[in-house]
Amino acid sequence: MSVRSINWYKYAAPANFYPLAGKMIPSLTGITAVLFIMGLYLSFFVAPTDFQQGEAYRIIFIHVPAAWMGMFLYVLMAVYAGLGWAFNARLASMMATAISTTGAVFTFISLVTGALWGRPAWGVYWVWDARMTSTLILMFLYVGFISLQSSIDDPRRADRAGAVLALVGLINIPIIYFSVQWWNSLHQGATIRIANKPTMAPTMLAAMLILLAACWMYSIAVVLVRVRCIIREREREAPWLAEAVA
Amino acid sequence: MLEALKLGCVRGDRRLFENLNFALESGGLIEVRGPNGSGKTSLLRIICGLAAPAEGEIRWQEKNIRSLGEEYSGAIAYVAHQNAVKDELSALENLRISTGLAGNSLSQEETQAILTRVDLSGYQHLPARLLSAGQRRRLALARLLASRATLWILDEVLASLDDAAVELSREFICDHLNQGGMAIIATHQELNLHVGSSQRLDLSP
Amino acid sequence: MFWWLVWRDLILAWRRRADVLATLFFFVIVVSLFPLGIGPEAQLLRTIAPGIVWVAALLASMLSLGRIFGNDYQDGTLEQILLTPQPIYLLVLAKVLAHWLVSEVPLVAIAPLLGVQFGLSQNTLGTIAVSLLLGTPVLSLIGSIGAALTLGLRAANVLIALLVLPLCIPALIFGAGAVEASVDGTNSQPWLLLLAATLIVSLVFAPWATSAALKISVE
Repeated sequence: MSVRSINWYKYAAPANFYPLAGKMIPSLTGITAVLFIMGLYLSFFVAPTDFQQGEAYRIIFIHVPAAWMGMFLYVLMAVYAGLGWAFNARLASMMATAISTTGAVFTFISLVTGALWGRPAWGVYWVWDARMTSTLILMFLYVGFISLQSSIDDPRRADRAGAVLALVGLINIPIIYFSVQWWNSLHQGATIRIANKPTMAPTMLAAMLILLAACWMYSIAVVLVRVRCIIREREREAPWLAEAVA
Repeated sequence: MLEALKLGCVRGDRRLFENLNFALESGGLIEVRGPNGSGKTSLLRIICGLAAPAEGEIRWQEKNIRSLGEEYSGAIAYVAHQNAVKDELSALENLRISTGLAGNSLSQEETQAILTRVDLSGYQHLPARLLSAGQRRRLALARLLASRATLWILDEVLASLDDAAVELSREFICDHLNQGGMAIIATHQELNLHVGSSQRLDLSP
Repeated sequence: MFWWLVWRDLILAWRRRADVLATLFFFVIVVSLFPLGIGPEAQLLRTIAPGIVWVAALLASMLSLGRIFGNDYQDGTLEQILLTPQPIYLLVLAKVLAHWLVSEVPLVAIAPLLGVQFGLSQNTLGTIAVSLLLGTPVLSLIGSIGAALTLGLRAANVLIALLVLPLCIPALIFGAGAVEASVDGTNSQPWLLLLAATLIVSLVFAPWATSAALKISVE
């Protein structure tokens, strides 16, 4: 069956998307597991020891992909929310809600691993460098989105309000990042020169990219699981659901 | 000329109505009936343009109200369950400011005259929080009279009015319709208006 | 019609003066708490003053934001305002202007006086006033987005703060930065210019987001 012959629009309806997602989840989970095992093996056993930071630096193999995922997922969340608002597409809005939790989790992981990296590398758990501070603010943006949606009872209002907030946040992110950089560059003490990642050996880069791919597969799988839950919750009156679940 | 085509409304999980169609011409009246929770207020809000329908559209002079925007807003006047009365302002100030906001500034005398018509003269300088529920409803009516809207959209306008005020409202609505205006009224009570064309829309399930 | 709305809000605020004054006193109290919490050592106070004045201004603003649309939403006036034949963008600007005049300008006026508690120079006191003058409209504009999104929700005030404070961080950085530059003796102009740029961007985009949020919340 050629790609052209699949009617993609039909999957915009929750009723059709639900079984499709259900079929995709097991294979995605499998791929995720494989990629994680490969990536972690490379990170912990194959990549060379950094001569400056010793073994502790290996946490960046989790920290960096997590940080990237936090940012990508925010953009994706805002895009889905925007589409759900502009086209009145419920499923897109449900995707945005589903993505928000995963994005927040990755951002949190990135903050924690960043702190754990900081301790052996620079002696303190937290430094207010531009990147970590921006990640913290991204965390606040996620928390705001999730809180707003959970405070609103009417699901469509929650969807649209979330869309406005996510899009406003998206536009603000470059401004916030710029202002934090400016703030940081002027306040930089002579003490700590931050953000010098170790120079990348090819195996290190490979490990990081594989783990990034693993995080992507994980995100897709977990978001699909979550969106199926959301569909079941919101469409509980719909007749197709009773058959699909049985 | 107001038209509704295949209107559908969903509130939360519940389907309130679907495939609703009606048309309203100059001088016409539609009475919307139905028990509490049947969607009367939702329908009226959709007609105002405050809410979007789940399906279907509303047309004013053959054009979708979404595309008309302010042109449509200028042609309608809406009285909701709430009176839209600011407690800290006096009746006179409330009326002057709401008409000023709607784009028809009235002079002191004209505002006074309208308040007299709804039987609020003597109370015009009191802060609105001191007025009774019936008096505040009459203030909402005054706002209606002061507007130059063609289409009146009224939600339970007779609620909390005493008999004299109910009589007054009937009179105002009839006058409005006779002068070529239109009205859509959601009500529990019988209106008993002697007007030319009157339709009834029943939203009971 | 724009000026009718501004005028109306000003009259309403005047008749409910107590609410407005409460916000002002909150600002004063918060700023005064810091020396009590940290100690009266002059050099330290001078260093922390810019940040404190600015953060206190942010927090005090959060208290007043619920009122921009809250009262009108409760009594049905907001719907009527949305049904007037005016672009909602302008109506939002009118309400934000009124809010700024009533809730923020007093902060701008009193902040230099509070700066005296921290032993700041005349020049710095002036910079405080200018930075707040440029920055508080940004707080009102971005705050109005939060206020519009949270209409009618429980614990709306806290939620507004949660949504709006991260978005106000650039204004905080530029504003406090300007005052700090003045304390250090360096040029505060670049900071103030950045703040002015933030103001212009907010002025153009925020009312649009707020009007979208109002239509969503009122539906």
